[in-house]
Amino acid sequence: MNEILLVFPDPPPPLLAQTLDLSGYRWKSVANAAVAMQHEPPDGWTGAIVCADDDPEGAFSMCRTLRKGDSRVESVLLLVSGAQMHDLEHREDLFDDFCLSPFHPKELEARLRHLMFRAGRTGTPELASYGDLVLNFETYQAVIGGKPLDLTYMEYELLKFFVTHPGKVFTREQLLSRVWGYEYYGGARTVDVHVRRLRAKLGEEHANLIQTVRSVGYRFGQTRWPA
Amino acid sequence: MERQLEYVLRTVEERGVRFVRLWFTDVLGFLKSVEITPAELEMALEEGMTFDGSTIEGYSRIQESDMLAKPDANTFELLPGAEGEAVVARMFCDIERFAGGPFEGDPRYVLKRNLERAREKGYTFFCGPEVEFFFFKGNKTVEPLDNAGYFELTAHDLGSELRKQLVLRLEAMGIPVEYSFHENGPSQHEIDLRYTDALTMADNVQTFRIITKEVAHDNGVHATFMPKPMAGAFGSGMHTHLSLFEGDVNAFHDPGDEYGLSKTAKHFIAGILVHADEIVAITNQWVNSYKRLVPGYEAPVYKCWARNNRSALVRVPLPKRGKMEATRIEFRAPDPACNPYLAFSVMLAAGLKGIEEGYDLPPEATDNIYELTDAERTAEGITALPGSLRDALDAMERSELVKEALGEHVFEYFLDNKRKEWSDYKTYVTPFEIERYLGTL
Repeated sequence: MNEILLVFPDPPPPLLAQTLDLSGYRWKSVANAAVAMQHEPPDGWTGAIVCADDDPEGAFSMCRTLRKGDSRVESVLLLVSGAQMHDLEHREDLFDDFCLSPFHPKELEARLRHLMFRAGRTGTPELASYGDLVLNFETYQAVIGGKPLDLTYMEYELLKFFVTHPGKVFTREQLLSRVWGYEYYGGARTVDVHVRRLRAKLGEEHANLIQTVRSVGYRFGQTRWPA
Repeated sequence: MERQLEYVLRTVEERGVRFVRLWFTDVLGFLKSVEITPAELEMALEEGMTFDGSTIEGYSRIQESDMLAKPDANTFELLPGAEGEAVVARMFCDIERFAGGPFEGDPRYVLKRNLERAREKGYTFFCGPEVEFFFFKGNKTVEPLDNAGYFELTAHDLGSELRKQLVLRLEAMGIPVEYSFHENGPSQHEIDLRYTDALTMADNVQTFRIITKEVAHDNGVHATFMPKPMAGAFGSGMHTHLSLFEGDVNAFHDPGDEYGLSKTAKHFIAGILVHADEIVAITNQWVNSYKRLVPGYEAPVYKCWARNNRSALVRVPLPKRGKMEATRIEFRAPDPACNPYLAFSVMLAAGLKGIEEGYDLPPEATDNIYELTDAERTAEGITALPGSLRDALDAMERSELVKEALGEHVFEYFLDNKRKEWSDYKTYVTPFEIERYLGTL
């Protein structure tokens, strides 16, 4: 199943986006109810994280939308600041759990995991896609524009990491430790080699999915928040 | 490791792979292949495939002939084939003794052992070869497809079309190409492979050679990596760009140096120059290799280094501004008919020796060395590489460095095999002699 979390507002606070990315969730940020409807996945949203810090009105209105109709979202996590605590009164039906903002990433992750568990979902998907590119984690296959990619194991793992962490810049050392995770003959330059190989296999049209960030490292896809 | 095996097994299933080729290399650099079906794959991955090692050049003697080929799941790759053909994959293998433990005659193991030595010192070793080769109309005669020259853009010629097909197939197999162009000789081509760690590159060179031959064959022509197929024309080399990295940092670079070279790089170059005589038997392993290493065809002959002098044995290419990680040296002796695992091993060993011993780098050669007289060269301390396979073998036989790098098994076998080749050559009456002598003497 394609699991996607709804995130409000658009763009979300940088720390929220980063926390979700690093813990492997796929998500889509929306500015209002109309956009949420328009982008609703075929299986519905897996859950929602609604941030009430800046725009409480909009946030609660979003929560109400998520509780209505056929596409009711069961797992809604609300982010509120300490000063907004009194706003929660009489709105108990609009959310399933809340987290004080500014939040601690570990706490947010734990609450999210708990919510997903109660709803009987993993929250982390079996498929990931970015544009024309689709990865099936169960079968280890990657497809671009409907055409299968012939990847080696490490190329597949690197691409998987990129696709599940779009928009974020990683240094070579970070990629090496998170994707390879063990001592390798190639050292940090191995990453360059594999990126070049992946680009070759993605083909000219898609090679720029993986961008070189000068004197830093690599980024997959578009930036979602300012660096 | 388990996930890698699962990846391979799952991909074979999902992609309908019909055959898996298990590749390994004999001591002379020839690629060997055992083909298995998916049904046998799981066992092969876990236990290895048994084969008779006594049939492989430079492997075991008869009495201990059973060996195991253990596929390296990291190298699993689908081979590009035509639409509708059976899907075929390949994996490189490590060779193990039946009783257990790596087999010291396996060139891949020799290279791994040398890379491990570099890693103990904190270095990772990168190679980027420039492979030259010829397309000929057949494999019996030397008949070029065209008469174009260096960088020449030839219209609608078969050679360019073949090169294009070749580059596309290589890229599809994850072997990225930096440049490809028509070389100096008629029907000669060069393909520069994007640098990788030495083990991956040795695997890549093996893959490259077989794919080149296949592309040629599919088009009814013959590709050859023979070092000097035509007298009077350029030979085929495999200039190899070398660099050492310490983690993310290029150990060859020093921004404060006039050449941009670190002390490490200078010692490494000195190591290559000092031990060049001993290692060329490996990087240039055929009788024919020494017909390329002659003056006049941009092949190196003299042991010296320079930045922009293409007759030097070691060249230091100028990295583009701001691209310090591209600092590297280019060793110009090897030819594409070498065993890449062994060739990379001895180049690394010579360079590391230079670093360990702190060899001093002689001054850069500035003139065209070929234009100097012997006396002038001697005055500058520049001497020539061995002029024949026999001279090279003599130098290698005396070399502790090469013996240590290759291990006793490969060292002994190689010398023995090559001495026989030389003796066959020495007793052969060549067309040169018939043409010159038969009528006149």
